[in-house]
Amino acid sequence: METNQRPLSPHLQIYRPQWTSVLSIMHRISGVLLSVGTVLMVAWLVALAQGEQAYQSMIGFMSSPLVLVALIGWTLALFYHLLNGIRHLLWDTGTMLDLKPARASGWMVVILAVVLTAVVWGGLI
Amino acid sequence: MAEFRLPKNSRITKGKHYPAPDGASNVKTFRIYRWDPDSGQNPRIDSYDVDLDDCGPMVLDAIIKIKNEMDPTLTFRRSCREGICGSCAFNIDGTNTLACTKGIDEIKGDVKLYPLPHMPVIKDLVPDLTHFYAQYASIRPWIRTQSPAPPDKERLQTPEDREYLDGLYECILCACCTTSCPSYWWNGDRYLGPAVLLQAYRWLVDSRDEATGERLDELEDPFKLYRCHTIMNCAQTCPKGLNPAKAIAEIKKMMLARQGM
Repeated sequence: METNQRPLSPHLQIYRPQWTSVLSIMHRISGVLLSVGTVLMVAWLVALAQGEQAYQSMIGFMSSPLVLVALIGWTLALFYHLLNGIRHLLWDTGTMLDLKPARASGWMVVILAVVLTAVVWGGLI
Repeated sequence: MAEFRLPKNSRITKGKHYPAPDGASNVKTFRIYRWDPDSGQNPRIDSYDVDLDDCGPMVLDAIIKIKNEMDPTLTFRRSCREGICGSCAFNIDGTNTLACTKGIDEIKGDVKLYPLPHMPVIKDLVPDLTHFYAQYASIRPWIRTQSPAPPDKERLQTPEDREYLDGLYECILCACCTTSCPSYWWNGDRYLGPAVLLQAYRWLVDSRDEATGERLDELEDPFKLYRCHTIMNCAQTCPKGLNPAKAIAEIKKMMLARQGM
């Protein structure tokens, strides 16, 4: 039996999602979404620089329902990434690393991100 | 680059079903990962219906019963059956823990048993831990000193200094934490993983050890230490209730302090 013929035991396929790993991968996903959202932000600024007509058509695009939903998602990603980033900074000081505070702060980040998103968009829509 | 899919030879197929003996009323199904190195076939899931009225309370009791009474080919490691040897570490019901300290009644529905995740499989539930042990050896997990030992007694430590080892010395190196860590799944060739880093910290904070600087220098590497992204699956799964994530954070702090930041 050659040892390199050994199968690899299943991992992602069978590991039950944990609040620890889910919050962690959400941080990375929200980071990716922010990068994508930044492209839209730049397009908006470019349109602004190109004059009234370009800006008007950009605004039209931005207020289409699909883009609006994406923007709300982007705001949520922004707040989640920001708040969870603060959580990571606190961890780097060696605090809140026990399971209880880590779990509590994780929930707080999720709830606060939703609330802040609602506050921002509540004012806009 | 992380490879999320299982390689072709590792994909799981359907296996055999072993029914409970006639008249059994309190039956629980155990779905167990099987791989026979001599068969040339892919891994499979065999299911065993176990009569819980005639079985001990722990998952380990059930798989020993299966091996004794239903299928002697089932292969797994076990020894102390009381949570101190670390042999019977498996992925049970989706998380890594010791079969001997996991009660069957803690699990809803069928009991799913896999070898520790993302490891080469030797047979059935037995993973190859060679690399894990080599990584442990690489941190040189013993006391390193410059000064000669006192001639008439061992090296002493105050009770306060001894307390720094609490939450570290209890580690039994079962590899539950290391194989629960997604970062270790993707970079285990170079990232040391939670168990070995907890052990590294155990020697870093030992007041009797005189190689702290050397040890930190050895860990200063983008992979060995800094692949920890504080995911915390390690602390969540540790069957001994230890917190490798915290130990790793402390190492990172020691790194910064050493660099004068």
